[in-house]
Amino acid sequence: MKQMTYGEAIREGMRIRMREDENVCIFGEDVGAFGGCFGVTAGLFDEFGDKRVRDTPISEGVIIGCAVGSAATGLRPIAELMFIDFLTVGMDQLVNQAAKMRYMFGGNISVPMVVRLPGGGGVSAAAQHSQSLEAWLTHVPGLKVVYPSTPQDALGLMLSAIDDEDPVMFVEHKAMYGMKGEVDDVIVPIKLGVGDIKRAGTDITVVATGKMVHEALKAAAKLEKEGISVEVIDPRTLYPLDKKMIFNSIEKTTRVVIATEEVKRGSFAGELAAMISESCFFNLDAPIKRVNALDTPIPFAPNLENFVLPNDVDIYNAVKEVMA
Amino acid sequence: MKISNETIIEMYEKMVKIRKFETRAMNLFAEGQVGGFVHLYIGEEAVATGACESLRDDDYITSTHRGHGHILAKGGDMKYMMAELFGKETGYCKGKGGSMHIADATKGILGANGIVGAGHNIATGAGLGIQYKGTDQVCACFFGDASTNQSTFHEGLNLASTWKLPVVFICENNGYGISVSQARHQNITDISQRAVSYNIPGITVDGNDVFAVFEAVQEAVARARKGQGPTLIECKTYRWRGHFEGDPTVYRPEGELEQWKKKDPIPRVEKYILDNQVMTQAEMDKLNEKIDALVEEAVDFALASKFPDISSAVEDVYTDIVEEGRSR
Ligand SMILES: Cc1ncc(C[n+]2csc(CCOP(=O)(O)OP(=O)(O)O)c2C)c(N)n1
Ligand SMILES: [Mg+2]
Repeated sequence: MKQMTYGEAIREGMRIRMREDENVCIFGEDVGAFGGCFGVTAGLFDEFGDKRVRDTPISEGVIIGCAVGSAATGLRPIAELMFIDFLTVGMDQLVNQAAKMRYMFGGNISVPMVVRLPGGGGVSAAAQHSQSLEAWLTHVPGLKVVYPSTPQDALGLMLSAIDDEDPVMFVEHKAMYGMKGEVDDVIVPIKLGVGDIKRAGTDITVVATGKMVHEALKAAAKLEKEGISVEVIDPRTLYPLDKKMIFNSIEKTTRVVIATEEVKRGSFAGELAAMISESCFFNLDAPIKRVNALDTPIPFAPNLENFVLPNDVDIYNAVKEVMA
Repeated sequence: MKISNETIIEMYEKMVKIRKFETRAMNLFAEGQVGGFVHLYIGEEAVATGACESLRDDDYITSTHRGHGHILAKGGDMKYMMAELFGKETGYCKGKGGSMHIADATKGILGANGIVGAGHNIATGAGLGIQYKGTDQVCACFFGDASTNQSTFHEGLNLASTWKLPVVFICENNGYGISVSQARHQNITDISQRAVSYNIPGITVDGNDVFAVFEAVQEAVARARKGQGPTLIECKTYRWRGHFEGDPTVYRPEGELEQWKKKDPIPRVEKYILDNQVMTQAEMDKLNEKIDALVEEAVDFALASKFPDISSAVEDVYTDIVEEGRSR
């Protein structure tokens, strides 16, 4: 076991594959000598040089487009967007090109690319730099969506993301880059579509993603003292999704809270809720409850942002409500 | 062209205001009193100042992430700006925007913007609105060198030139997009050359010379007001601070900053003012003291203001799930 931060783990995953396969390369804004806006690519430029770790102009359209074109012709690019919010600028290349090619061309062309997407709030970055836009991605057939919550998962999932033959959207929470965690000495890829039980429990299931996994664990620790045993499930990949793990847990606990940092309306959390009600309705002893951000853009003022974003207290309250 | 003493004094005052406001903001950030992203304009004051001097209150501007200078130059009030930096309810955006998102509709300030390149198209839209209503207003669009690599640059200039919209595109070429120098992000040195593709005037000026900026923009504004369409003006300048506060600026070649500091736009105007007896040293000192006091007043105002009430989190946007207000 060794200690690694979430950011270091993402970097380590990229480094491992870059050492093994010269077709793996990185490009994005300030990812070179500067090491990326959040320092995630630090050192890779020194190790692999400017052919494989490239600074691009500020042009998200061509950053994603370059990933599509180079992946279609034999590279395994990892494109970094500085913030997930800038997806908007490159969305056509992603949604109408990357996601569609393999299917639309009947399997003639595949696009094995990774797009790294720092998302989430909590750092006073305000409305255009704090969003959780994963539902935009999970809505699009042809894209896979990964969202690790720990260094170990980040590393293992990065390996699988790079290995995958399809475009994989790698969502990262920017407030977690410095978070430390244990990482196994033996590094193995984590299969996309395999969730993880972050805490076993018997009374209620909390399905959480990204940073909300930690908020859920905090709430679970508190609830345990009150005699409520919470099972915390982190799907780790939003698509493919480990439905079985979620459904099995609910079968056992008969209650569920879903916690994501997204705005609730139209969220991936809504998809989870719909899926659970379709498949587990007769197992449920209480209505499904979701914990999300409020239905607003993310405000700047720390007290407002804190209010808008969901946290452990909201999960705690939701669990109490569902258990009542 | 003869620039009146009144105009020179006004521009000097604005530049000093920007410098002092930002120096204070820089310190407040360092002390942890102001959070989030703070992008400073120190060193580039002549661009916003020279440009806005030809604008009226009813003209528009679009700004960028590095917006304090534009907003002050267009007549923004330091008090409300400072309060916004602190995230206070008395701020321009009630604490919802922060440094990167300040707007003042009453002054035609269509907002500082966190999306690089977004302004090119918003300004074009403002130009359309003006043309449609048939007024003689203009919209000045401020943007950085690196933003000209966004597709919006092409889209905006193409449409504005085709429809002859009253937009003045003002590029602040400070040589970098964060860590990436101009030579590493585009294959040209004079961004004004791109005007050729749109068949509009393109001009490069010394962005640290407030008079040069003023004259270029004045001409472009006059053209725009007459319905003769957009102009692209590139102002060569340099930012003294890091990209944002906290950036260690390791990418700067040694000596580069020092070279540019010698071209500090403010002493250049001071020298002109003294040489041409526009003001005496004593008058300038007094003006500086007045601005110092204004900045302190702004900080006091911000500190004395409250953080926004939690209930405001669900205001200014249509939402029908307010009942989900937190029960914490
Ligand atoms: C669409 C988008 N991409 C990337 C960024 C991150 N970013 C913010 S400012 C900046 C550099 C902008 O450079 P330039 O346009 O030259 O303006 P300057 O900062 O030099 O004033 C970058 C990459 C962003 N805010 N928006
Ligand atoms: Mg620049």
